[in-house]
Amino acid sequence: MEFVELIKTPKVDGVILHRPFQSPLDGTLCITGHHLILSTRVEHHEELWLLHRNIDCIERRFDANRGAIVIKCKNLQILRLDIPGQEEALNIADSIETLSTLEDISLWYPFYFRPRQFDILEDGWQAFNVESELTRLISHADHSWRISHVNKDFTVCPTYPETVAVPKSVTDELLLASASFRDGGRFPVLSYYHGDNGAVIMRSSQPLVGTTGRRCKEDERVLNASLRPGKKGYIIDTRSPNLIQMAKNRGGGCEPEVNYSQWKRVHRPVERHTALQESLCKLVDACNDSRASMDKWLSRLESSNWLGHVKDILTCACLTAQCVDKEGASVLVHGGEGIDSTLQVTALSQVILDPDCRTVRGFEALVEREWIQAGHPFNDRCGKSAYSPARSRYEAPAFLLFLDSVWQVYQQFPCSFEFSTQFLIVLFEHAYASQFGTFLCNSECDKRKLNLQRRAVSLWSWVNRPEVLQNYLNPLYEPNKSVIWPSVAPQSLELWSELYLRWTQDNSILDETNKQILCIKEHNKELRTKVVRIRRQLMDLQKEAIEKGLLAAGNHGNTETASEAYSSSAS
Amino acid sequence: MANKATGKGYENENFYSDIKFMFLGIGNIHVMRNSLLKLLEVCELKDPTMSEYVEGLQSCAWLKHIKAILDTSLFIASAVGEEGNSVLVHCSDGWDRTAQTCSVASLLLDPSYRTLQGFMVLIEKEWLSLGHKFTDRCGHLARDLKETSPVFSQFIDCTWQVLQQFPAAFQFNERFLLTIHDHVFSCQYGTFIGNCEKDRIDLRLPDRTYSLWGYMLHNMSDYVNPLYKRNGRYDTMLKPNTGPPNIRFWRGMYNRFDSGVHPRESVLDVLCVAKDQSSSLEDHLQLLNKRLGAMKALLGQNSVTSCDSLTDSAVLSDVESDARCRNAASVPASNNKLLQSTEAVVRGNAANSESPSDCESGIDVKSLRISQCSLEEKRSAELRAGELEMEANSVAVEWKTLRNVHNCSCLTQFEYFSRKYHCWKCGDVFCTRCIDKHTALPGHYSQRPVPVCRNCYKEVKCNV
Repeated sequence: MEFVELIKTPKVDGVILHRPFQSPLDGTLCITGHHLILSTRVEHHEELWLLHRNIDCIERRFDANRGAIVIKCKNLQILRLDIPGQEEALNIADSIETLSTLEDISLWYPFYFRPRQFDILEDGWQAFNVESELTRLISHADHSWRISHVNKDFTVCPTYPETVAVPKSVTDELLLASASFRDGGRFPVLSYYHGDNGAVIMRSSQPLVGTTGRRCKEDERVLNASLRPGKKGYIIDTRSPNLIQMAKNRGGGCEPEVNYSQWKRVHRPVERHTALQESLCKLVDACNDSRASMDKWLSRLESSNWLGHVKDILTCACLTAQCVDKEGASVLVHGGEGIDSTLQVTALSQVILDPDCRTVRGFEALVEREWIQAGHPFNDRCGKSAYSPARSRYEAPAFLLFLDSVWQVYQQFPCSFEFSTQFLIVLFEHAYASQFGTFLCNSECDKRKLNLQRRAVSLWSWVNRPEVLQNYLNPLYEPNKSVIWPSVAPQSLELWSELYLRWTQDNSILDETNKQILCIKEHNKELRTKVVRIRRQLMDLQKEAIEKGLLAAGNHGNTETASEAYSSSAS
Repeated sequence: MANKATGKGYENENFYSDIKFMFLGIGNIHVMRNSLLKLLEVCELKDPTMSEYVEGLQSCAWLKHIKAILDTSLFIASAVGEEGNSVLVHCSDGWDRTAQTCSVASLLLDPSYRTLQGFMVLIEKEWLSLGHKFTDRCGHLARDLKETSPVFSQFIDCTWQVLQQFPAAFQFNERFLLTIHDHVFSCQYGTFIGNCEKDRIDLRLPDRTYSLWGYMLHNMSDYVNPLYKRNGRYDTMLKPNTGPPNIRFWRGMYNRFDSGVHPRESVLDVLCVAKDQSSSLEDHLQLLNKRLGAMKALLGQNSVTSCDSLTDSAVLSDVESDARCRNAASVPASNNKLLQSTEAVVRGNAANSESPSDCESGIDVKSLRISQCSLEEKRSAELRAGELEMEANSVAVEWKTLRNVHNCSCLTQFEYFSRKYHCWKCGDVFCTRCIDKHTALPGHYSQRPVPVCRNCYKEVKCNV
């Protein structure tokens, strides 16, 4: 198929673009295979480049001789194009709609995008190799965990990576048996190893207990092998008892305590799928209605219950972290399929527990390990965003909810993260529409089939370039080695206005504040190095002066202690 | 209409031509009182769900009232500042809603009211001298509970809302607003006692009590907003966004003592520390550069290269502003005089707007320059080896991080809003009581007194 066939009118002059807080832009509209471009055709003037994939839905508002197209983007922005000529407008609208909803992934932009502005310094596809990440994770575990290649060629579990970490004593045969007893073959694997006390977080999918109460002794052995001697473990199920009952009728269920006597089961229901999607839609609708009264706004905020979901996820992640850090108990987290709420909880608890996850590289590694390689189906979940009326039942802003929860923790510990909140927004945007291949496909297996690593560029290749990354660093960062316990009280949770109100209010003040913070911190750093430098210089000169006999050694102390004083206060 | 029945009402349009009426309904004192009571119930809910909490916020309508006040104030400010129209504001008595909207409108219109002293002047002008009934509204005396109403609290809340939206437009911080709010009720100072100016004169309060402003100016450094920028885009009228998502619940006020709900790391505190530290280091650098010059001269090298002109000028401005800060603090603390002097200062500020400093008032730059000169002479004494060591030891380059500092060495617990002070000599963290000493450090060029802990104070004094 050629894109040309889908573009009936490639170019229209005299199009006017309307955006909130910016004056209208008048120019020529071009439709290409992947972009909608509006150019004023004046040099050094801004151009709008909008990726078709970023378009969530469009609305047509036509009258006699001109047409207006309202474009609602997946990154929540809303634009309006006024197009002279009804036919042109119709053609444009049709083309955009078709191009933004192409089914065939290999026609999307990442397969065509070749970075011209930058050479690849470090290939993002190789940056977070599963095996080396897992090896690093279990390196403190004094040989009680091992790397298994049981899933080679994705034969055991299509949504897992080929390499996983499991208890040392567990053989691949046991894993095979366990996989046949778990939904989608997602047998229990290591998610996080807590270096302080050896407790672990594992994740899996639900066991296939069913109404007949099936049992799998191998699965029990796999789980028990992860426990430390004499310690009980926790199974945290992210579903309500009701939901579990329903799952049982369909062959799923949860671990019965008779068979898993060393484990204590806890239910922490968190919302999933359609309910989440609806919640987000309601929230975004409310945020876009700037003329609503306070009553109306609060009632819509309440009925969306988005912050309620944030609170649930945070509470569940805190509970998991608590079991691990305070009780030294191992935890298995799962819901139904183990690809949504499970990942939210395991990933967020690592942000709380592990200082490394609060660095740029660590957080990227976390997203790779706990979301992308763990088989969160980004393609299904992030197909549509908050506006589109046509939604499949697979859509759910699970990843966005995770980012929001991280943002909440960030608000409470603004100096403990190496990256800025802007970085979280970048991840949100790229998860929904991107020129990079990182968030494409539903699993590693799918990526392999499309040969993605060779055909597309990784987001990390771009974002980790020093000149790019410097825009996403937190000037207040001061490494924090401890576990950070966020408050989950409703008063502590706020609307992420930087994201949800990003396009409907003026953000220049926020940018300016951030710049100022950077200035203050930079100036401070500069002064400290300068003082240290000049003190050293002065000491050297003093030594020289004394040696030359130009200066009498001081009455208290000799130069030796003096230089010590300088260097000690400098270090 | 209810007012008309009792023989009051509003101006008859037939008699007041050329006037446009705007009715912007803000609830009366009883509505506000009940609203606050309900809000506090919401704050005290035990482990509420998100729904219960948001529903509570909605049903208490507190944020709705805040929005109404802000909307009205913005309307007034726009009419005056943008359209050039005069506005007459009144409600029924003219000392509650009128005071709120006029003072918030002034705050939006005039940057001088967004300074520490300007805000005090604004309270004196729009609230105290215009007869807001503090004794009645705040329930200082157990008289008529029906007369109490959080009218002034709402003004403080509105100010906070604007501060949230324009973090660089205000010289003061959240702690400043909370401290004023505390003392409106504490009656520790005479400032807010009485229902009107006449009451205060009758009670001879200026002679018999201290003014809150004196206390606050003395502790000015606690209230300075590190992000404040005097010049630039905030010199003009502020137009806050009064869309409902932008009007926020003020956790720091209504849940202030629930230590669990506040952020565990405070950006403003960290920035304040960075600024203080920078100021100390700039001063120290100036001395180091001087010593370096002298040393090079001694060794017969060319001394020109050593002088770092960039830091020199920066230090001067900073030192000036700091000294002015202290001067302001020594302003006599009696009620009457203070009002005058603060007003004078504000006027002085407006005239002296090219002043480079980004904090503090505008007192006496010239006399400072003179003292600077004499300092120059005093400190240019010849080099002695031991002295260099002592000078370096007296200024901490690295200051202790605020993270995980939960109490002072005297075991006093730090709350979220309590200020944590650094000793400028050793860089350790102390509470307000343990950092009561100020002294000049040998390593500082300016020789201005700076905060030090008791041990360091002893050490410095011994060496001198």
